[in-house]
Amino acid sequence: MAQTEAELLDNPVAGNPTLILRSPDFHAITEVVAEAVERPTPIGWWLFFVPAFALLALLGVAVSWLFWEGIGIWGLNIPVGWAWDITNFVFWVGIGHAGTLISAILFLFRQKWRTSINRSAEAMTIFAVMCALLFPSIHVGRVWVMYWVFPVPNQMGVWPNFRSPLLWDVFAVSVYGTVSVLFWYVGLIPDLATMRDRAKTRVRKFVYGFFALGWRGSVRQWNHYESAYLVLAALATPLVLSVHSVVSMDFAVSLLPGWHTTIFPPYFVAGAIFSGFAMVVTLMVICRTAFGLEHIITLRHFDYMAKIMLVTGSMVGYAYATEFFTSWYSGNPYEFFTFMNRALGPYAWAYWIMITCNVISPQIFWFRKARTSIPILFAASIVINIGMWFERFVIIVTSLHRDFLPSAWGYFRPTVWDVSCLLGSFGLFFTMFCLFVRFLPMVATSEVKTVLPQANPHGADRGAVGDYRRSTMPAHGEPAPEGAS
Amino acid sequence: MPFNPLRSLRSKTLLVNRLPEGPYFGILAEFATPTDLYHACERVRDEGFTRWDAHTPFPVHGLDGAMGVRRSPLPWIVLVAGLTGAAFAFGLQWWVHASAYPLVISGKPYFSWPAFIPITFELGVLFAAFGAVIGMLALNRLPMHHHPLFQSKVFERVTDDAFFISIESWDPRFDAAATPKLLESLGARSVELLES
Repeated sequence: MAQTEAELLDNPVAGNPTLILRSPDFHAITEVVAEAVERPTPIGWWLFFVPAFALLALLGVAVSWLFWEGIGIWGLNIPVGWAWDITNFVFWVGIGHAGTLISAILFLFRQKWRTSINRSAEAMTIFAVMCALLFPSIHVGRVWVMYWVFPVPNQMGVWPNFRSPLLWDVFAVSVYGTVSVLFWYVGLIPDLATMRDRAKTRVRKFVYGFFALGWRGSVRQWNHYESAYLVLAALATPLVLSVHSVVSMDFAVSLLPGWHTTIFPPYFVAGAIFSGFAMVVTLMVICRTAFGLEHIITLRHFDYMAKIMLVTGSMVGYAYATEFFTSWYSGNPYEFFTFMNRALGPYAWAYWIMITCNVISPQIFWFRKARTSIPILFAASIVINIGMWFERFVIIVTSLHRDFLPSAWGYFRPTVWDVSCLLGSFGLFFTMFCLFVRFLPMVATSEVKTVLPQANPHGADRGAVGDYRRSTMPAHGEPAPEGAS
Repeated sequence: MPFNPLRSLRSKTLLVNRLPEGPYFGILAEFATPTDLYHACERVRDEGFTRWDAHTPFPVHGLDGAMGVRRSPLPWIVLVAGLTGAAFAFGLQWWVHASAYPLVISGKPYFSWPAFIPITFELGVLFAAFGAVIGMLALNRLPMHHHPLFQSKVFERVTDDAFFISIESWDPRFDAAATPKLLESLGARSVELLES
């Protein structure tokens, strides 16, 4: 390799950026990704899986006790009728959004660097949505009538209220989960075929072969496939923006000071992407080290993700300031009280944790050294997710705990079961992610191969690392999706 | 071959993969690089072959043009599916709130359509996404777990790093002697005759 990784990052006019280092051939990409699934289970995997599974078991206990005893086991009570349950719900839905942003929005914008991380980010989305769906389902109290949220014809002649944002939420999140699974599966088909064709045992051959659907990689198949992928990306893009907007309307459509504000949809979406990218960074730092993928998930990818975190973190900070300004400028004493109470009241500690983690900590990414330093990225990504959890806590609990009648004021304290459900949801998330990296190719090899220089039928000889001439090469034929999936 | 009504029905059904009849499925030729494959495809297209295909581990940019493959009609399927979903959602909400179960909520009219838009949008997206996936599989005749191409040992590398052209035996220009020679002359690394 002629240039070091740092030099490549330092050269902004090198034409098409080198996304994959060490100039591997196609087979080397297949080998490094598929081998991670085919090798015997490493000890290190158990070191992650066993604690995650233990937390999942804790979730099982907490939810069983919740169903037996009722939601009184949690710390919420009037006036704080929503607390950690909905905080966790909004937190997890938000985490999912970065996966869809990477897989759909960056695809539409032709950001080829997404190919190294989109598969695992999409998996993260699906597992985050699973965690998210858990909380509204278990917090309803009588879980056995949960099906009332769906428009199922029934003997009572009763229908759900489609005019309620809470019902919009049911549809938005379940559609989001379903479409994310479809998108992920379509992306997996060619790689499942790779696993099928490499399989050494009958069981592997059968299982991967079954889900690969008989994929033959023919150009006539790729033609429809790429069309489907593009359409799904185009559908997922407005969908992901709608999902967190609808989640924010759970609050914004109410008349409560602190919730009733029109800034919520864009502010929630920015926060969702912010926290989701932080989670992608956390997971990718672990995966690329554990599976030796440093040349596929490079510092350049982290550099880009850090920039997105800087932008969205600053947007979130701007939204905090706007909320505060508006509460003063509106002249509404209830509104202004709520915000002063947030910053200076009994929950001021949570508010300032939120400000420190979400607004101040990402500012470190103005510096390239921080954007390309794995320890700093890893630490910042965890700090940001702590901050984003507190953001939802602050919005929900501080708006509720001092309502219009001072005699009804209260202070929410979590119980051991609140903590168990939150930790348990992390157990669910990491258990699923561990199973994903063990059984499925965690990098979309058929997409990564398209960004290698030799994949271009017109430029194999000219596609040297960082060769500026590639960017000036005339496009061939019609402007079809370039380097698409 | 004697008349078989079932076979005749199947062969006319859009969703069933049609395979050439007779002893041979066709010819499979391997090429070393995307560039070799690209130029070979241009030649095979210009020779006038129609029932043939190229196989690659990843979508090679511009290869559909080099083969003369038309644009996928899939977006039209998605459009119809999406509009169906949106219309269904809007109609259901209208019927429930204005007819089946009318309730006064916040003093609004029964048919308060702006509040129906989020669910209309979500179900439109849901149906469109299913239309895209099911439509793609149907157009590609998938799932199809058995195919004559899978007999070939080298074809296992099609999902790794190998590039192929397959010409099927029912192509009018197919010739069991001349076609392999043509592919060899285009730079094929290996040429293989596959049975049905």
